[in-house]
Amino acid sequence: MSPEHALHLLYEMVRIRRFEEKCVELYSAMKIRGFLHLYIGEEAVAAGVLQALRPNDAVIATYREHGHALARGVSAQRIMAEMFGKMEGCSRGRGGSMHLFDAATHFYGGNAIVGGGLPIATGLALAAKMQQQERIVCCFFGEGAVAEGAFHESMNLAALWRLPVMFICENNLYAMGTALSRSESLTDISAKAAAYKVTAEAVDGMDVMAVDAAAARAAASVRTTGGPYLLECRTYRFRAHSMFDPELYRPKSEVEEWKKRDPIPLLISSMRREGLIDDREIERIESSVAAEVDDAVAFAEAGSLEPPKELTRFVYSDRRSE
Amino acid sequence: MSRVTYREAVRQGIREALLKDPRVFLMGEDVGAYGGCYAVSKGLLDEFGADRIRDTPLSESGFVGAGIGAALGGMRPIVEIMTVNFSLLALDQIMNTAATYLHMSGGQFNVPVVIRMATGAGRQLAAQHAHSLEGLYAHIPGLKVLTPATLEDARGMLGTALQDPDPVLIFEHCNLYNMEGELVEDAGPVEISHARVAREGKDVTIISYSASLFKALEASNKLASDGMDCEVIDLRTLRPLDSETILGSIRKTHRAVIVDEGWRTGSISAEISARIMENGFYDLDAPVQRVCSEEVPIPYAKHLEDAALPQAEKIIRSVRAMITGKAA
Repeated sequence: MSPEHALHLLYEMVRIRRFEEKCVELYSAMKIRGFLHLYIGEEAVAAGVLQALRPNDAVIATYREHGHALARGVSAQRIMAEMFGKMEGCSRGRGGSMHLFDAATHFYGGNAIVGGGLPIATGLALAAKMQQQERIVCCFFGEGAVAEGAFHESMNLAALWRLPVMFICENNLYAMGTALSRSESLTDISAKAAAYKVTAEAVDGMDVMAVDAAAARAAASVRTTGGPYLLECRTYRFRAHSMFDPELYRPKSEVEEWKKRDPIPLLISSMRREGLIDDREIERIESSVAAEVDDAVAFAEAGSLEPPKELTRFVYSDRRSE
Repeated sequence: MSRVTYREAVRQGIREALLKDPRVFLMGEDVGAYGGCYAVSKGLLDEFGADRIRDTPLSESGFVGAGIGAALGGMRPIVEIMTVNFSLLALDQIMNTAATYLHMSGGQFNVPVVIRMATGAGRQLAAQHAHSLEGLYAHIPGLKVLTPATLEDARGMLGTALQDPDPVLIFEHCNLYNMEGELVEDAGPVEISHARVAREGKDVTIISYSASLFKALEASNKLASDGMDCEVIDLRTLRPLDSETILGSIRKTHRAVIVDEGWRTGSISAEISARIMENGFYDLDAPVQRVCSEEVPIPYAKHLEDAALPQAEKIIRSVRAMITGKAA
């Protein structure tokens, strides 16, 4: 483990965690509205996986995508401004928490139709292949999406046409409130991918170093073979599905059990064991992250509301195509 | 000029686009080895290869979504859906992705995809292959909806659609594929923002599109021999709708009959009627009339299918009743 890399992973996870904790406060303060789906507990997946990508690669994410956007390099300021519904937001206030977009980092959204991102990722990969671009596509989805036809259609197309997609299944065990075992006859997701001849592997999604290494393998495979790869990251959501969820479907003890494997303390203790980190370093990370989050909130507060006369702009393009 | 069918005109449009732009490719069920379920793409696989004439599995959501993704990734896909009823399997991708992405991303990601499909009844294909759902798609902001009736439009609208930065749906009526006519050999793209007056007249305006246009023209010819002079409008594009051509005609004729193969309730004909009421009410000498499909799933038996659809005879009755002031 390179000390710099471990520190970077820790930094990314803490960023995502503190950013979202602030979002909860701002939701209670009615600054953020609509649906807000928190990633808390799952940070190791986005932080680990996105290390394997290069600047020109494309990312497709779900509606629980604050972590993916942050780890991909979308600015915290613009993400926060988006949640405030401000014009300076990364989707000009038209998307909100579930629809973060950023062309500069090839971040193709925040998709809130479960499974909807998989065919799009497949098509982006088809375009990359047909244009012989050095690009892979990274597609995040939850285990709930595996029940959708779009998952099966996309696995088949990506394997049949040998398309460069890295499918990342974030298996947090619950599709909203429905446990995986209550919705799937076969709960081993990597086995489903294998049925389509998609190379697949499962990894401990609470161990960021393991995720990081597995994603590097997956990305290398996609880049060298040109074909798809599925990585199932076994993780857990510590918070409710959204801000409106009373969590009747899982015992508190189960949540507490998983919290013992919180990816952030897990990495910190492993780094301590190897003498890679001390309290001062942790303090430095926390204060740097706190400054970034405060700055994001200030930016969002200072942002402007788009005039309603612009409401119907972007329903169609302003320009002709080339 | 050369004599071609509507099918050949569409094929010429696709072929020309493939020759002109390396980003263009055709994708759909049976477009390659089979030659297209309506034989539109026959021969194109041999000429352009399997990469650009791409047969897909039977997975409409998957390959329509992949077409949308490929468009986002810089290609100019033409996605063919075998028939309009099957497009419902891809409705999520068309409505939730193609139509929303530009706006939802604050203008960052436009989707230059073209989706073609066969629509309409008249071939005894019954209730899962014969509906007219273009009006349903015309409800959706973010999409453009084209309904070529003529050979010029069958060929030329495709080129125009491919130049469009946003998603365009083209509905080809299955009964038109065998229609023959003269088409200039270098017929190019056509503009798509205006309806066309297909027949000039002064007594009543018949508003129609796609295959219904020819029923409207047939009715007009019969009515002419009775001294009733109909103006016939071919809408060509259902979204955005060219209200101005419709209202301009009504200012002249003061009467309107709308012919629509969609069901009456909540149809594009209802939208047109509402716009006439909102903006042309004082030009009217009589209430707007509509000749639509009956509100049933399209049946198989020929006599029942005929009874379910707008026919020239129904249009004639509607126009006569309007002009004479007697109920149809």
